[in-house]
Amino acid sequence: MDNKKSAWERIQLVHTKGRPTINDYIPLIFTDFYEMHGDRLYGDDKAIMGGIARLNGMPVTIIAQVKGRDIKENKTCNFAMPHPEGYRKALRLARQAEKFHRPIICFIDTPGAFCGISAEERGQGEAIAKNIAEFMTLHTPIISIILGEAGSGGALALGVCDELAMLENSQYSVLSPRGFASILWKDASREQEASEIMRITAEDMVSLGVAETIIEEPLGGAHNDLDKISENIKEYLSLKIPEKCKKDIDVLLKERYTKFRKIGEFTE
Amino acid sequence: MFEDFFKVVKKRFNDGSDEDERETFKCPRCQSSVLLERYEELHRVCPNCNYHGRLSASERIAITVDRDSFKELDAEMVSGNPIGFPLYAEKQQELREKTGLKDSVVTGTATIKGSPAVIGIMDSHYMMASMGSVAGEKITRAFEYATENSLPVIMFTASGGARMQEGIVSLMQMAKTAGAVKLHSDNGGLYITVMTDPTTGGVTASFASLGDIIIAEPKVLIGFAGRRVIESTIKQKLPDDFQLAEFQHEKGFVDMIVERRKMRSTLSHLLKLHGYYPQEKEV
Repeated sequence: MDNKKSAWERIQLVHTKGRPTINDYIPLIFTDFYEMHGDRLYGDDKAIMGGIARLNGMPVTIIAQVKGRDIKENKTCNFAMPHPEGYRKALRLARQAEKFHRPIICFIDTPGAFCGISAEERGQGEAIAKNIAEFMTLHTPIISIILGEAGSGGALALGVCDELAMLENSQYSVLSPRGFASILWKDASREQEASEIMRITAEDMVSLGVAETIIEEPLGGAHNDLDKISENIKEYLSLKIPEKCKKDIDVLLKERYTKFRKIGEFTE
Repeated sequence: MFEDFFKVVKKRFNDGSDEDERETFKCPRCQSSVLLERYEELHRVCPNCNYHGRLSASERIAITVDRDSFKELDAEMVSGNPIGFPLYAEKQQELREKTGLKDSVVTGTATIKGSPAVIGIMDSHYMMASMGSVAGEKITRAFEYATENSLPVIMFTASGGARMQEGIVSLMQMAKTAGAVKLHSDNGGLYITVMTDPTTGGVTASFASLGDIIIAEPKVLIGFAGRRVIESTIKQKLPDDFQLAEFQHEKGFVDMIVERRKMRSTLSHLLKLHGYYPQEKEV
Protein backbone atom coordinates (compact mmCIF):
# COMPACT_ATOMS: atom_id res chain seq x y z
CA MET A 1 0.00 0.00 0.00
CA ASP A 2 1.17 3.52 -0.70
CA ASN A 3 2.08 4.97 2.60
CA LYS A 4 0.10 7.90 3.98
CA LYS A 5 -0.89 10.01 1.05
CA SER A 6 -2.54 13.17 2.29
CA ALA A 7 -6.25 13.71 1.70
CA TRP A 8 -5.37 16.42 -0.81
CA GLU A 9 -3.02 14.11 -2.74
CA ARG A 10 -5.76 11.51 -2.89
CA ILE A 11 -8.25 14.06 -4.22
CA GLN A 12 -5.81 14.86 -7.04
CA LEU A 13 -5.25 11.15 -7.61
CA VAL A 14 -8.90 10.19 -8.05
CA HIS A 15 -9.27 13.04 -10.52
CA THR A 16 -6.33 11.80 -12.60
CA LYS A 17 -7.31 11.19 -16.19
CA GLY A 18 -7.51 7.45 -16.70
CA ARG A 19 -8.84 6.65 -13.24
CA PRO A 20 -10.99 3.56 -13.94
CA THR A 21 -14.77 4.00 -13.92
CA ILE A 22 -17.59 1.50 -13.53
CA ASN A 23 -17.56 0.93 -17.28
CA ASP A 24 -13.96 -0.32 -17.02
CA TYR A 25 -14.67 -2.58 -14.08
CA ILE A 26 -17.85 -4.39 -15.11
CA PRO A 27 -16.34 -6.60 -17.85
CA LEU A 28 -13.40 -7.53 -15.62
CA ILE A 29 -15.43 -8.40 -12.52
CA PHE A 30 -18.77 -9.68 -13.81
CA THR A 31 -20.18 -11.76 -16.67
CA ASP A 32 -23.53 -11.67 -18.49
CA PHE A 33 -24.20 -8.01 -17.68
CA TYR A 34 -27.58 -6.75 -18.85
CA GLU A 35 -28.19 -3.06 -18.31
CA MET A 36 -31.69 -1.88 -17.34
CA HIS A 37 -33.01 1.59 -18.04
CA GLY A 38 -35.39 4.12 -16.54
CA ASP A 39 -37.28 4.77 -13.35
CA ARG A 40 -40.72 4.04 -14.97
CA LEU A 41 -41.82 7.48 -13.77
CA TYR A 42 -39.95 10.13 -15.69
CA GLY A 43 -36.90 9.01 -17.64
CA ASP A 44 -33.51 7.36 -17.72
CA ASP A 45 -30.68 9.08 -15.89
CA LYS A 46 -27.29 8.20 -17.35
CA ALA A 47 -25.50 9.29 -14.16
CA ILE A 48 -26.66 6.08 -12.51
CA MET A 49 -26.57 2.77 -14.36
CA GLY A 50 -27.92 -0.51 -13.18
CA GLY A 51 -28.59 -4.04 -14.26
CA ILE A 52 -28.17 -7.74 -13.67
CA ALA A 53 -24.96 -9.72 -13.99
CA ARG A 54 -23.18 -12.73 -12.60
CA LEU A 55 -20.43 -12.70 -10.00
CA ASN A 56 -18.64 -16.07 -10.14
CA GLY A 57 -21.81 -17.47 -11.69
CA MET A 58 -24.17 -16.03 -9.08
CA PRO A 59 -26.83 -13.52 -10.22
CA VAL A 60 -26.40 -10.09 -8.64
CA THR A 61 -27.87 -6.62 -9.17
CA ILE A 62 -25.40 -3.84 -9.92
CA ILE A 63 -26.23 -0.16 -9.27
CA ALA A 64 -23.49 2.33 -10.06
CA GLN A 65 -22.76 6.01 -10.48
CA VAL A 66 -21.13 6.65 -13.83
CA LYS A 67 -18.15 8.91 -14.33
CA GLY A 68 -17.17 9.72 -17.88
CA ARG A 69 -13.72 8.93 -19.18
CA ASP A 70 -13.72 11.98 -21.44
CA ILE A 71 -15.74 15.14 -21.95
CA LYS A 72 -18.20 13.46 -24.28
CA GLU A 73 -18.96 10.67 -21.82
CA ASN A 74 -19.13 13.17 -19.00
CA LYS A 75 -21.71 15.23 -20.84
CA THR A 76 -23.86 12.13 -21.23
CA CYS A 77 -23.55 11.05 -17.61
CA ASN A 78 -23.64 14.61 -16.23
CA PHE A 79 -20.26 14.18 -14.48
CA ALA A 80 -21.81 11.47 -12.30
CA MET A 81 -24.23 13.91 -10.69
CA PRO A 82 -27.59 12.14 -10.64
CA HIS A 83 -31.06 13.63 -10.95
CA PRO A 84 -33.99 12.27 -8.90
CA GLU A 85 -34.88 9.81 -11.69
CA GLY A 86 -31.44 8.24 -11.27
CA TYR A 87 -32.09 7.54 -7.61
CA ARG A 88 -35.59 6.30 -8.42
CA LYS A 89 -34.15 3.93 -11.04
CA ALA A 90 -31.74 2.66 -8.39
CA LEU A 91 -34.63 2.01 -6.01
CA ARG A 92 -36.62 0.22 -8.71
CA LEU A 93 -33.71 -2.11 -9.46
CA ALA A 94 -33.03 -2.63 -5.75
CA ARG A 95 -36.63 -3.72 -5.18
CA GLN A 96 -36.34 -6.02 -8.19
CA ALA A 97 -33.23 -7.53 -6.60
CA GLU A 98 -35.12 -8.08 -3.36
CA LYS A 99 -37.98 -9.77 -5.23
CA PHE A 100 -35.67 -12.18 -7.02
CA HIS A 101 -33.36 -12.74 -4.04
CA ARG A 102 -30.31 -11.23 -5.67
CA PRO A 103 -27.69 -9.45 -3.56
CA ILE A 104 -27.08 -5.81 -4.50
CA ILE A 105 -23.69 -4.28 -5.23
CA CYS A 106 -23.58 -0.47 -5.32
CA PHE A 107 -20.62 1.38 -6.77
CA ILE A 108 -20.40 4.96 -5.51
CA ASP A 109 -18.52 7.52 -7.55
CA THR A 110 -20.08 10.99 -7.43
CA PRO A 111 -19.23 14.54 -6.43
CA GLY A 112 -22.85 14.77 -5.25
CA ALA A 113 -26.43 14.84 -6.44
CA PHE A 114 -27.05 17.42 -9.18
CA CYS A 115 -27.95 20.90 -7.96
CA GLY A 116 -30.27 22.45 -10.54
CA ILE A 117 -33.80 23.64 -11.19
CA SER A 118 -35.05 20.42 -12.75
CA ALA A 119 -33.57 18.31 -9.95
CA GLU A 120 -35.35 20.45 -7.36
CA GLU A 121 -38.63 20.42 -9.30
CA ARG A 122 -38.60 16.65 -9.41
CA GLY A 123 -37.78 16.25 -5.73
CA GLN A 124 -34.08 15.57 -5.29
CA GLY A 125 -34.44 15.61 -1.53
CA GLU A 126 -37.40 13.24 -1.55
CA ALA A 127 -35.67 10.82 -3.94
CA ILE A 128 -32.55 10.59 -1.78
CA ALA A 129 -34.55 10.32 1.46
CA LYS A 130 -36.67 7.52 0.01
CA ASN A 131 -33.62 5.51 -1.06
CA ILE A 132 -31.94 5.86 2.31
CA ALA A 133 -35.06 4.72 4.17
CA GLU A 134 -35.93 1.89 1.77
CA PHE A 135 -32.40 0.49 1.49
CA MET A 136 -32.35 0.22 5.29
CA THR A 137 -34.94 -2.56 5.20
CA LEU A 138 -34.43 -4.20 1.80
CA HIS A 139 -34.55 -7.93 2.44
CA THR A 140 -31.41 -8.78 0.52
CA PRO A 141 -27.69 -8.24 1.19
CA ILE A 142 -26.22 -4.90 0.04
CA ILE A 143 -22.52 -4.17 -0.39
CA SER A 144 -21.39 -0.67 -1.39
CA ILE A 145 -17.97 0.21 -2.76
CA ILE A 146 -16.64 3.75 -3.15
CA LEU A 147 -14.54 3.92 -6.31
CA GLY A 148 -13.36 7.53 -6.32
CA GLU A 149 -15.23 10.33 -4.63
CA ALA A 150 -18.40 10.04 -2.60
CA GLY A 151 -20.02 13.39 -1.95
CA SER A 152 -22.88 14.08 0.41
CA GLY A 153 -26.44 12.74 0.32
CA GLY A 154 -26.00 11.99 -3.36
CA ALA A 155 -23.53 9.27 -2.35
CA LEU A 156 -25.41 8.11 0.74
CA ALA A 157 -28.44 7.36 -1.47
CA LEU A 158 -26.43 4.30 -2.65
CA GLY A 159 -24.56 3.96 0.62
CA VAL A 160 -27.00 2.35 3.03
CA CYS A 161 -25.56 -1.17 3.05
CA ASP A 162 -24.42 -4.12 5.12
CA GLU A 163 -20.82 -3.30 4.51
CA LEU A 164 -19.03 -0.35 2.92
CA ALA A 165 -15.68 -0.84 1.22
CA MET A 166 -13.50 1.96 -0.13
CA LEU A 167 -10.74 1.88 -2.67
CA GLU A 168 -7.58 2.94 -0.92
CA ASN A 169 -7.46 6.45 -2.37
CA SER A 170 -11.18 7.16 -2.47
CA GLN A 171 -12.89 9.76 -0.26
CA TYR A 172 -16.22 10.14 1.45
CA SER A 173 -17.36 13.55 2.61
CA VAL A 174 -20.37 15.54 3.78
CA LEU A 175 -19.66 17.96 0.95
CA SER A 176 -16.70 18.87 -1.22
CA PRO A 177 -13.73 20.47 0.58
CA ARG A 178 -14.33 23.46 -1.65
CA GLY A 179 -17.92 23.79 -0.52
CA PHE A 180 -16.87 23.20 3.07
CA ALA A 181 -14.30 26.03 2.93
CA SER A 182 -16.77 28.28 1.21
CA ILE A 183 -19.51 27.72 3.81
CA LEU A 184 -17.45 27.69 6.98
CA TRP A 185 -14.72 30.18 6.12
CA LYS A 186 -16.39 32.05 3.25
CA ASP A 187 -13.26 31.29 1.22
CA ALA A 188 -13.39 28.47 -1.33
CA SER A 189 -9.67 28.81 -2.05
CA ARG A 190 -8.91 27.19 1.32
CA GLU A 191 -10.09 23.81 -0.03
CA GLN A 192 -6.77 22.05 0.57
CA GLU A 193 -6.80 23.07 4.22
CA ALA A 194 -10.44 21.93 4.44
CA SER A 195 -9.61 18.55 2.91
CA GLU A 196 -7.09 17.86 5.68
CA ILE A 197 -9.43 18.90 8.50
CA MET A 198 -12.58 17.15 7.26
CA ARG A 199 -11.36 13.55 7.66
CA ILE A 200 -12.38 12.10 4.33
CA THR A 201 -9.91 9.27 3.62
CA ALA A 202 -10.65 5.55 3.68
CA GLU A 203 -8.64 5.20 6.91
CA ASP A 204 -10.71 7.99 8.48
CA MET A 205 -13.92 6.23 7.48
CA VAL A 206 -12.81 2.94 9.03
CA SER A 207 -11.82 4.67 12.27
CA LEU A 208 -15.17 6.55 12.41
CA GLY A 209 -17.14 3.32 11.84
CA VAL A 210 -18.46 4.49 8.47
CA ALA A 211 -16.55 1.97 6.31
CA GLU A 212 -15.46 -1.59 7.10
CA THR A 213 -12.88 -2.45 4.46
CA ILE A 214 -10.16 -0.75 2.43
CA ILE A 215 -9.43 -2.28 -0.96
CA GLU A 216 -5.77 -1.90 -1.85
CA GLU A 217 -4.90 -0.03 -5.04
CA PRO A 218 -1.88 -0.80 -7.23
CA LEU A 219 1.22 1.31 -6.60
CA GLY A 220 0.52 4.89 -7.65
CA GLY A 221 -3.23 4.38 -7.93
CA ALA A 222 -5.95 2.32 -9.61
CA HIS A 223 -5.21 3.75 -13.07
CA ASN A 224 -1.76 2.12 -13.08
CA ASP A 225 -3.07 -1.43 -13.24
CA LEU A 226 -6.73 -1.94 -14.15
CA ASP A 227 -6.45 -5.75 -14.07
CA LYS A 228 -4.99 -5.73 -10.59
CA ILE A 229 -7.51 -3.33 -9.06
CA SER A 230 -10.39 -5.23 -10.70
CA GLU A 231 -8.99 -8.46 -9.26
CA ASN A 232 -8.82 -6.88 -5.79
CA ILE A 233 -12.43 -5.70 -6.01
CA LYS A 234 -13.57 -9.11 -7.27
CA GLU A 235 -11.67 -10.90 -4.53
CA TYR A 236 -13.37 -8.71 -1.92
CA LEU A 237 -16.84 -9.29 -3.39
CA SER A 238 -16.24 -13.03 -3.77
CA LEU A 239 -15.55 -13.20 -0.07
CA LYS A 240 -18.26 -10.82 1.20
CA ILE A 241 -21.28 -11.63 -0.98
CA PRO A 242 -21.47 -15.33 0.00
CA GLU A 243 -20.78 -14.38 3.62
CA LYS A 244 -23.71 -11.93 3.70
CA CYS A 245 -26.00 -14.28 1.73
CA LYS A 246 -25.49 -16.99 4.34
CA LYS A 247 -26.73 -14.77 7.15
CA ASP A 248 -30.27 -14.95 8.45
CA ILE A 249 -32.01 -11.96 6.87
CA ASP A 250 -33.42 -10.65 10.17
CA VAL A 251 -29.96 -10.71 11.71
CA LEU A 252 -28.55 -8.99 8.64
CA LEU A 253 -31.18 -6.21 8.80
CA LYS A 254 -30.64 -5.69 12.49
CA GLU A 255 -26.89 -5.38 11.93
CA ARG A 256 -27.46 -2.97 9.03
CA TYR A 257 -29.62 -0.72 11.23
CA THR A 258 -27.13 -0.91 14.09
CA LYS A 259 -24.18 -0.06 11.83
CA PHE A 260 -25.66 3.41 11.25
CA ARG A 261 -27.51 3.64 14.57
CA LYS A 262 -24.31 3.77 16.57
CA ILE A 263 -22.57 6.56 14.62
CA GLY A 264 -22.47 9.85 16.51
CA GLU A 265 -20.60 11.43 19.39
CA PHE A 266 -22.46 12.95 22.31
CA THR A 267 -22.70 12.96 26.08
CA GLU A 268 -25.72 13.27 28.38
CA MET B 1 -34.22 26.40 30.05
CA PHE B 2 -37.01 28.01 28.04
CA GLU B 3 -37.55 30.77 30.62
CA ASP B 4 -33.88 31.60 30.26
CA PHE B 5 -34.24 31.88 26.54
CA PHE B 6 -37.13 34.32 26.85
CA LYS B 7 -35.12 36.39 29.27
CA VAL B 8 -32.27 36.64 26.80
CA VAL B 9 -34.58 37.62 23.97
CA LYS B 10 -36.49 40.12 26.09
CA LYS B 11 -33.32 41.70 27.33
CA ARG B 12 -31.98 42.05 23.84
CA PHE B 13 -35.15 43.75 22.60
CA ASN B 14 -35.40 46.13 25.54
CA ASP B 15 -31.79 47.23 25.61
CA GLY B 16 -31.21 50.76 24.49
CA SER B 17 -34.39 51.18 22.47
CA ASP B 18 -36.14 54.52 22.80
CA GLU B 19 -39.90 54.76 22.69
CA ASP B 20 -39.65 56.43 19.30
CA GLU B 21 -37.26 53.94 17.82
CA ARG B 22 -39.20 50.80 18.24
CA GLU B 23 -37.61 47.76 16.63
CA THR B 24 -38.94 46.50 13.36
CA PHE B 25 -38.86 43.17 11.56
CA LYS B 26 -37.95 43.19 7.91
CA CYS B 27 -39.80 40.43 6.07
CA PRO B 28 -37.38 38.36 3.95
CA ARG B 29 -40.13 37.63 1.40
CA CYS B 30 -41.89 40.97 0.75
CA GLN B 31 -39.16 43.20 2.25
CA SER B 32 -41.73 45.25 4.15
CA SER B 33 -40.94 46.48 7.65
CA VAL B 34 -43.28 45.52 10.45
CA LEU B 35 -43.14 46.67 14.06
CA LEU B 36 -41.46 43.82 15.90
CA GLU B 37 -44.12 44.03 18.60
CA ARG B 38 -46.86 43.51 16.01
CA TYR B 39 -44.92 40.69 14.30
CA GLU B 40 -44.53 38.90 17.64
CA GLU B 41 -48.20 39.43 18.45
CA LEU B 42 -49.00 37.62 15.20
CA HIS B 43 -46.73 34.73 16.29
CA ARG B 44 -44.11 35.87 13.77
CA VAL B 45 -46.30 35.95 10.67
CA CYS B 46 -45.81 38.85 8.25
CA PRO B 47 -49.10 40.82 8.14
CA ASN B 48 -48.28 42.00 4.65
CA CYS B 49 -47.45 38.78 2.72
CA ASN B 50 -48.27 35.97 5.18
CA TYR B 51 -44.65 34.70 5.34
CA HIS B 52 -44.45 32.43 8.37
CA GLY B 53 -41.28 33.41 10.21
CA ARG B 54 -38.99 31.41 12.46
CA LEU B 55 -40.14 30.47 15.95
CA SER B 56 -37.99 29.22 18.77
CA ALA B 57 -38.67 25.68 19.97
CA SER B 58 -40.31 27.02 23.13
CA GLU B 59 -42.57 29.38 21.17
CA ARG B 60 -43.60 26.48 18.92
CA ILE B 61 -44.38 24.24 21.85
CA ALA B 62 -46.43 26.98 23.50
CA ILE B 63 -48.73 27.45 20.50
CA THR B 64 -49.00 23.78 19.51
CA VAL B 65 -49.46 21.42 22.44
CA ASP B 66 -51.78 21.33 25.45
CA ARG B 67 -50.62 23.51 28.32
CA ASP B 68 -48.11 21.75 30.61
CA SER B 69 -48.35 18.54 28.58
CA PHE B 70 -44.85 18.69 27.05
CA LYS B 71 -42.33 16.35 28.64
CA GLU B 72 -38.91 16.71 27.14
CA LEU B 73 -36.83 13.66 26.19
CA ASP B 74 -33.01 13.57 26.30
CA ALA B 75 -32.87 17.16 27.56
CA GLU B 76 -29.26 17.02 28.66
CA MET B 77 -27.65 15.61 25.52
CA VAL B 78 -24.73 17.63 24.18
CA SER B 79 -22.47 17.08 21.23
CA GLY B 80 -18.92 15.73 21.18
CA ASN B 81 -16.42 16.77 18.54
CA PRO B 82 -16.16 13.69 16.30
CA ILE B 83 -13.68 15.06 13.78
CA GLY B 84 -11.88 17.36 16.21
CA PHE B 85 -13.01 20.48 14.41
CA PRO B 86 -11.20 23.57 15.72
CA LEU B 87 -13.20 25.73 18.17
CA TYR B 88 -16.35 23.61 17.74
CA ALA B 89 -16.76 23.04 21.48
CA GLU B 90 -16.26 26.73 22.22
CA LYS B 91 -18.77 27.81 19.62
CA GLN B 92 -21.34 25.42 21.03
CA GLN B 93 -20.78 26.61 24.57
CA GLU B 94 -21.34 30.18 23.45
CA LEU B 95 -24.55 29.27 21.63
CA ARG B 96 -25.87 27.28 24.57
CA GLU B 97 -25.52 30.33 26.76
CA LYS B 98 -27.04 32.62 24.17
CA THR B 99 -30.05 30.47 23.25
CA GLY B 100 -30.64 28.36 26.33
CA LEU B 101 -30.73 25.34 24.03
CA LYS B 102 -28.35 22.37 24.22
CA ASP B 103 -28.43 21.77 20.45
CA SER B 104 -30.69 22.34 17.47
CA VAL B 105 -33.51 19.92 18.27
CA VAL B 106 -35.94 19.60 21.16
CA THR B 107 -37.93 16.35 21.43
CA GLY B 108 -40.56 15.14 23.83
CA THR B 109 -44.02 13.78 24.39
CA ALA B 110 -47.14 15.92 24.58
CA THR B 111 -50.83 15.96 23.91
CA ILE B 112 -52.63 18.04 21.29
CA LYS B 113 -56.28 18.60 22.27
CA GLY B 114 -55.83 15.45 24.28
CA SER B 115 -54.30 13.26 21.56
CA PRO B 116 -50.88 11.92 22.53
CA ALA B 117 -47.86 12.32 20.24
CA VAL B 118 -44.10 12.41 20.16
CA ILE B 119 -43.02 15.89 19.04
CA GLY B 120 -39.74 17.15 17.64
CA ILE B 121 -38.92 20.79 16.96
CA MET B 122 -35.83 22.06 15.19
CA ASP B 123 -34.76 25.54 16.28
CA SER B 124 -33.00 27.57 13.61
CA HIS B 125 -31.52 29.89 16.24
CA TYR B 126 -28.98 27.16 17.06
CA MET B 127 -26.43 26.86 14.21
CA MET B 128 -29.25 27.16 11.67
CA ALA B 129 -30.66 23.92 13.10
CA SER B 130 -27.97 21.93 11.35
CA MET B 131 -28.05 18.18 12.05
CA GLY B 132 -25.11 16.65 13.85
CA SER B 133 -24.74 13.82 16.37
CA VAL B 134 -27.18 15.26 18.89
CA ALA B 135 -29.97 16.11 16.45
CA GLY B 136 -29.53 12.70 14.76
CA GLU B 137 -29.57 10.79 18.03
CA LYS B 138 -32.51 12.68 19.55
CA ILE B 139 -34.66 12.34 16.43
CA THR B 140 -33.77 8.65 16.13
CA ARG B 141 -34.63 8.05 19.78
CA ALA B 142 -37.89 9.98 19.39
CA PHE B 143 -38.97 7.65 16.57
CA GLU B 144 -37.80 4.56 18.46
CA TYR B 145 -39.75 5.70 21.53
CA ALA B 146 -42.82 6.27 19.36
CA THR B 147 -42.44 2.82 17.79
CA GLU B 148 -42.15 1.11 21.17
CA ASN B 149 -45.14 2.98 22.57
CA SER B 150 -47.29 2.97 19.39
CA LEU B 151 -47.37 6.75 19.28
CA PRO B 152 -47.56 9.09 16.28
CA VAL B 153 -44.67 11.48 15.57
CA ILE B 154 -44.94 15.14 14.56
CA MET B 155 -41.67 16.74 13.44
CA PHE B 156 -41.42 20.50 12.95
CA THR B 157 -38.46 20.60 10.58
CA ALA B 158 -36.09 23.48 9.93
CA SER B 159 -32.47 23.15 8.97
CA GLY B 160 -29.64 24.48 6.90
CA GLY B 161 -28.63 20.83 6.42
CA ALA B 162 -25.88 18.64 7.80
CA ARG B 163 -23.61 20.05 10.52
CA MET B 164 -20.38 20.64 8.60
CA GLN B 165 -18.29 20.76 11.76
CA GLU B 166 -19.01 17.07 12.37
CA GLY B 167 -17.90 16.00 8.89
CA ILE B 168 -19.03 12.59 7.68
CA VAL B 169 -20.59 11.83 11.07
CA SER B 170 -23.28 14.41 10.30
CA LEU B 171 -24.01 12.77 6.93
CA MET B 172 -24.54 9.45 8.71
CA GLN B 173 -27.28 11.04 10.85
CA MET B 174 -29.38 11.09 7.68
CA ALA B 175 -29.20 7.29 7.48
CA LYS B 176 -29.79 6.90 11.18
CA THR B 177 -32.91 9.11 11.30
CA ALA B 178 -34.37 7.82 8.01
CA GLY B 179 -33.86 4.26 9.25
CA ALA B 180 -35.76 4.99 12.47
CA VAL B 181 -38.59 6.59 10.47
CA LYS B 182 -38.79 3.47 8.28
CA LEU B 183 -39.11 1.13 11.27
CA HIS B 184 -41.78 3.40 12.81
CA SER B 185 -43.64 3.38 9.49
CA ASP B 186 -43.35 -0.40 9.06
CA ASN B 187 -44.87 -0.69 12.53
CA GLY B 188 -47.94 1.23 11.33
CA GLY B 189 -47.11 4.51 13.07
CA LEU B 190 -48.31 7.86 11.76
CA TYR B 191 -45.64 10.45 11.00
CA ILE B 192 -46.56 14.04 10.18
CA THR B 193 -43.88 16.43 8.98
CA VAL B 194 -44.47 20.15 9.41
CA MET B 195 -41.92 21.95 7.27
CA THR B 196 -40.98 25.35 8.65
CA ASP B 197 -38.52 27.98 7.52
CA PRO B 198 -36.06 26.83 6.20
CA THR B 199 -36.12 23.07 5.55
CA THR B 200 -33.15 22.26 3.33
CA GLY B 201 -30.16 20.01 2.61
CA GLY B 202 -29.60 16.77 4.46
CA VAL B 203 -32.74 17.18 6.54
CA THR B 204 -34.89 17.49 3.40
CA ALA B 205 -32.98 14.49 2.01
CA SER B 206 -33.76 12.33 5.03
CA PHE B 207 -36.50 12.27 7.70
CA ALA B 208 -38.25 15.52 6.67
CA SER B 209 -39.36 14.15 3.30
CA LEU B 210 -40.57 10.85 4.74
CA GLY B 211 -43.76 11.95 6.48
CA ASP B 212 -46.98 10.09 5.73
CA ILE B 213 -48.44 13.58 5.62
CA ILE B 214 -46.28 16.58 4.78
CA ILE B 215 -47.55 19.99 5.88
CA ALA B 216 -45.75 23.26 5.19
CA GLU B 217 -46.23 26.72 6.60
CA PRO B 218 -46.91 29.48 4.02
CA LYS B 219 -43.95 31.02 2.17
CA VAL B 220 -41.27 28.96 3.95
CA LEU B 221 -38.18 27.80 2.07
CA ILE B 222 -38.06 24.08 1.24
CA GLY B 223 -35.42 22.47 -0.95
CA PHE B 224 -32.41 20.21 -1.25
CA ALA B 225 -29.69 22.39 -2.77
CA GLY B 226 -29.18 25.94 -1.63
CA ARG B 227 -30.29 28.78 -3.86
CA ARG B 228 -26.79 30.19 -4.31
CA VAL B 229 -25.36 26.78 -5.18
CA ILE B 230 -27.96 26.31 -7.90
CA GLU B 231 -27.47 29.83 -9.21
CA SER B 232 -23.74 29.31 -9.48
CA THR B 233 -24.27 25.94 -11.21
CA ILE B 234 -26.70 27.21 -13.82
CA LYS B 235 -25.27 30.75 -14.01
CA GLN B 236 -28.63 32.49 -13.83
CA LYS B 237 -30.84 34.03 -11.21
CA LEU B 238 -33.69 31.95 -9.87
CA PRO B 239 -37.27 33.25 -9.67
CA ASP B 240 -38.35 34.63 -6.27
CA ASP B 241 -40.88 31.89 -5.60
CA PHE B 242 -38.40 29.06 -6.32
CA GLN B 243 -38.35 26.47 -3.49
CA LEU B 244 -41.07 28.16 -1.46
CA ALA B 245 -43.74 26.01 0.19
CA GLU B 246 -46.20 26.92 -2.56
CA PHE B 247 -43.71 25.75 -5.22
CA GLN B 248 -43.24 22.39 -3.45
CA HIS B 249 -47.03 22.06 -3.08
CA GLU B 250 -47.45 22.71 -6.81
CA LYS B 251 -44.75 20.13 -7.64
CA GLY B 252 -46.38 17.52 -5.43
CA PHE B 253 -43.97 17.30 -2.54
CA VAL B 254 -46.18 18.94 0.09
CA ASP B 255 -49.70 17.73 0.94
CA MET B 256 -51.04 20.94 2.38
CA ILE B 257 -50.08 24.43 3.34
CA VAL B 258 -51.44 25.30 6.75
CA GLU B 259 -51.38 28.66 8.50
CA ARG B 260 -49.92 28.82 11.95
CA ARG B 261 -53.21 29.82 13.55
CA LYS B 262 -54.83 26.66 12.18
CA MET B 263 -51.92 24.28 12.83
CA ARG B 264 -52.99 23.02 16.24
CA SER B 265 -56.52 22.16 15.16
CA THR B 266 -55.30 20.64 11.88
CA LEU B 267 -52.84 18.40 13.72
CA SER B 268 -55.50 17.46 16.24
CA HIS B 269 -57.93 16.45 13.47
CA LEU B 270 -55.29 14.44 11.62
CA LEU B 271 -54.26 12.60 14.79
CA LYS B 272 -57.88 11.68 15.50
CA LEU B 273 -58.47 10.62 11.89
CA HIS B 274 -55.71 8.07 12.46
CA GLY B 275 -57.25 6.79 15.68
CA TYR B 276 -55.14 8.72 18.18
CA TYR B 277 -57.86 9.96 20.52
CA PRO B 278 -57.53 11.57 23.93
CA GLN B 279 -56.62 8.76 26.27
CA GLU B 280 -59.03 9.53 29.10
CA LYS B 281 -62.14 9.42 26.93
CA GLU B 282 -61.87 6.75 24.27
CA VAL B 283 -64.33 7.31 21.43
